Amino acid sequence: MKLAKSYFADQRTDDLKELGQGLPRSDVPGHVTGKTTYFADRTFPGMLYLKMVRSPHHHARIRSVDLSDAEKHPGVHRILTHKDIPHNLYTILILIQVGPEDEHVLAEDKVRWKGEAVVAVLADSERAANEAAAKVKVDYEVLPDVLDIDSALAPGAPIVNEHHGQNYYMYDSGQSRKVRYGDVEKGFAEADHILEQTYYSSPIEQAPMETTGCIVTPDGNDRFTCYTNTQAMFFTLDNTSIILQMPGHKLHMVGGTVGGGFGGKVDVTVEPIAILAAKLTGRPVSFIYGRYEEMQISSPRAAEKIVLKDGVMKDGRIVARQVWGYTDAGAYSRHSPYGAQKGAAHYPGPYTIPNVWVDTWCVYTNRTPSSAMRGFGVTIADFALEVQMDKLARLIGMDPLEFRFINAYRDGDMKAHRQPTTGAALIECMQEASRVANWPIAEKYLEMSSYKEV
Amino acid sequence: MPLALKTCSTISEAGTALKEAGTRYLGGGTLVVRAANEGDVSVSTLVRSTDPALSSISIDGGRATIGASVTMSAVARHPGLSSIAKVAKAVGGPAIRNMATVGGNLFAASPYGDFTVALLALDATVHTTEGHLGAEEFLAGRDGRVVSAVSFDVPSAEQFRFVKISRIKPKGVSVLSIAALVENAGGKINGARIALGCMADRPIRAKAAEKALAGATLTEEGVAPAVAAIGEGTRPLTDAIASAWYRGEVLPVHFRRLLLE
Amino acid sequence: MAKVPVQFTLNGEEKADFVDGGATLLKVLREKVGDTSAKAGCQQGTCGSCSVIIDGELRLSCLTLAETCGGAEIHTTGGLATDGVLHPLQRAFMDEFAAQCGFCTPGMIMAAKVLLDRNPNPSHEDVVEALSGNVCRCTGYEPIIRAVLTAARSNSQNAA
Ligand SMILES: Cc1cc2nc3c(=O)[nH]c(=O)nc-3n(C[C@H](O)[C@H](O)[C@H](O)COP(=O)(O)OP(=O)(O)OC[C@H]3O[C@@H](n4cnc5c(N)ncnc54)[C@H](O)[C@@H]3O)c2cc1C
Repeated sequence: MKLAKSYFADQRTDDLKELGQGLPRSDVPGHVTGKTTYFADRTFPGMLYLKMVRSPHHHARIRSVDLSDAEKHPGVHRILTHKDIPHNLYTILILIQVGPEDEHVLAEDKVRWKGEAVVAVLADSERAANEAAAKVKVDYEVLPDVLDIDSALAPGAPIVNEHHGQNYYMYDSGQSRKVRYGDVEKGFAEADHILEQTYYSSPIEQAPMETTGCIVTPDGNDRFTCYTNTQAMFFTLDNTSIILQMPGHKLHMVGGTVGGGFGGKVDVTVEPIAILAAKLTGRPVSFIYGRYEEMQISSPRAAEKIVLKDGVMKDGRIVARQVWGYTDAGAYSRHSPYGAQKGAAHYPGPYTIPNVWVDTWCVYTNRTPSSAMRGFGVTIADFALEVQMDKLARLIGMDPLEFRFINAYRDGDMKAHRQPTTGAALIECMQEASRVANWPIAEKYLEMSSYKEV
Repeated sequence: MPLALKTCSTISEAGTALKEAGTRYLGGGTLVVRAANEGDVSVSTLVRSTDPALSSISIDGGRATIGASVTMSAVARHPGLSSIAKVAKAVGGPAIRNMATVGGNLFAASPYGDFTVALLALDATVHTTEGHLGAEEFLAGRDGRVVSAVSFDVPSAEQFRFVKISRIKPKGVSVLSIAALVENAGGKINGARIALGCMADRPIRAKAAEKALAGATLTEEGVAPAVAAIGEGTRPLTDAIASAWYRGEVLPVHFRRLLLE
Repeated sequence: MAKVPVQFTLNGEEKADFVDGGATLLKVLREKVGDTSAKAGCQQGTCGSCSVIIDGELRLSCLTLAETCGGAEIHTTGGLATDGVLHPLQRAFMDEFAAQCGFCTPGMIMAAKVLLDRNPNPSHEDVVEALSGNVCRCTGYEPIIRAVLTAARSNSQNAA
């Protein structure tokens, strides 16, 4: 790798010495000697193991829960239900006023996805916890489910989450996040060609090597130390504080090296219940997802449906772009209202288009709640946008890379959401890419610059 | 009840211990310990035997006897078993091969059981605490007796063909596996035994294709009827690796290649 | 349930303890012996982060019952450096940027070590095969493969 200092040479004032050269990672000596401490590299005497009893149904009413056999199982110390949780209804982003609260820490009357937590068993060995969990009897009345975006939005679809009242998130802007710039209808009317395509993606599991989990110890003074591998320490602290109705100073959250997260560890799914368990039993508590739980229960990247409609001129200019983006949040919001909103801000991609219309929706289905993963809201959008760019180039018989030069945003261009472009370097990246990939482009594109005198 | 391990010095003692409820034999543990780790509480006692006979490989007059505790690695590096080494090498990664036993493989549910697919094609005999029986008969029951060994006539490299298709290379789980013992006499197939993995809940024979191969030549036209019949009687598995439909579609393709390439 | 005694050597040191009959070696190493270098990534044998060397062979400690390790000679990445001097593999993993989150690293190093102990001059393909039971989600594997090849080269230089 090298730092190409020739670009913008006359405008640079920086003196970047570190970029382009290798530096040892500060944490790697610990990694190669096995000395790095991860949250689970701790044991405490008297530790209890938490095992979650989960819904086997996508959507069901809970008629009754019978704990009598499970409670009698040898080694069991306590079984927690929703009644034990001080503030059982929560949503992570309430911290930044993105409500309503829509998710139960432990299910009350209903389960809305296969895997939803219903009852937490605490026993003095993993084995005893598993055995007792198998003895918990939950009587379910199975309800009709919706498992994809289209059926969730179809008229008469079963309501997934009553806290929303409809199967999509209601933004302050209405059913969707909206970007309106110029006049797309006028743009389409002027266009030489129009191309409308629909793109779908499936959920993707982050699959970190280390599964989600935490270990909690009671400090003896009604204060608790929680060793966690969360990627979002303050979301965790603040949401735990709300859920347990405990002031933050009683919650000592200890993070550290995370064994891979990729976004999969930003939700608040293990800490509140484990801290409550430690509080109610007075014992250290370990709640660590098994691999099956990590794959099936922890939130993946959302499934998306993206409809792109473009008006393009024969000379390569895109004159109108309309986007309908749908994010499958699963049964609960988690970070998805934000993810869908981020998509709205990201379209129409790194291109300057005079007429843009974007609607992005956050849709509820009876699937595992989705959440963050490496550029969520944007990554799948880029997949769809760039495939669409190739198709458009083909449609007008133009080289796909040159087509992108024509439409690339440059300094001073107004973006659809009305932020002027500054510090753009797409042109230069593409010039470099064409050289490295041996992809010839016309001289005029090699002479272009992102920089425009303003 | 906590999981307990019972160690017996002889195979017959282990056989008796296995009669207790909630008891399973412990081979390399790659399936049975794995299940316990994932929360399967149906097994409370594991039984193993340290009888050295279980770990020995002998080859006598072209017939191999492999103890049930012999690992895939041991099979793979045995000089007398080079014609089937590729089968053992197709199981898991290096650590799994150092643990996975021949005995355990006989009990593995699809998509596992690649080695057993070969045993089925080789018409192996399964020796147990309660007598011996053919691999096919054994697989139909797979009841609670202790397997002590398997034996079979060691094939020549020319006779024996094996392929395992997986998505992750080099160690992925089977999309399918095929083993074939083909007796080729002067360009004509005298007889063939073909076994398939992932085409049912456990390895099965492909009898229709075997029949179609009898007397055929190893040419495109010669094998065509067998290729057309290879899916007969199969009920392929659907799992995270592949759907039943996909497995069914690619089976004839890989079978044809196995015969002709 | 009665505990059972087990005794083995870990990185050359004798260890003895009483363990639960069904306890895995991984659990005993991490929770009783205090060597947490082997990691519980899946406890299904699929990820390789619990890999240790038992009597010279690569094994998955998550699927090995501790009780079956009586008298065994066990090695872990936790004991690979001698008196603070890193093994060539450890050095190469550092130099080649072969560890990011670090969770798979101790298992990777064990798998690589059994390879180099048997085959001091492995090919790229040999390394891929040797590491094929170990999953990494950060690096994309190439830096790890490079590290193993680098360690092999530095070993043979030292030997020469
Ligand atoms: C990551 C991973 C990858 C794998 N990849 C493959 C693969 O590619 N191909 C493949 O075929 N398999 C694969 N397997 C499955 C498994 O490792 C093999 O099938 C192996 O041969 C099972 O043997 P074991 O000794 O480990 O069985 P164990 O787990 O010890 O036992 C499995 C079952 O067989 C019974 N059993 C074992 N030995 C005897 C005996 N002597 N008598 C009576 N009952 C017995 C046990 O009671 C148990 O029910 C894989 C497993 C894992 C975890």
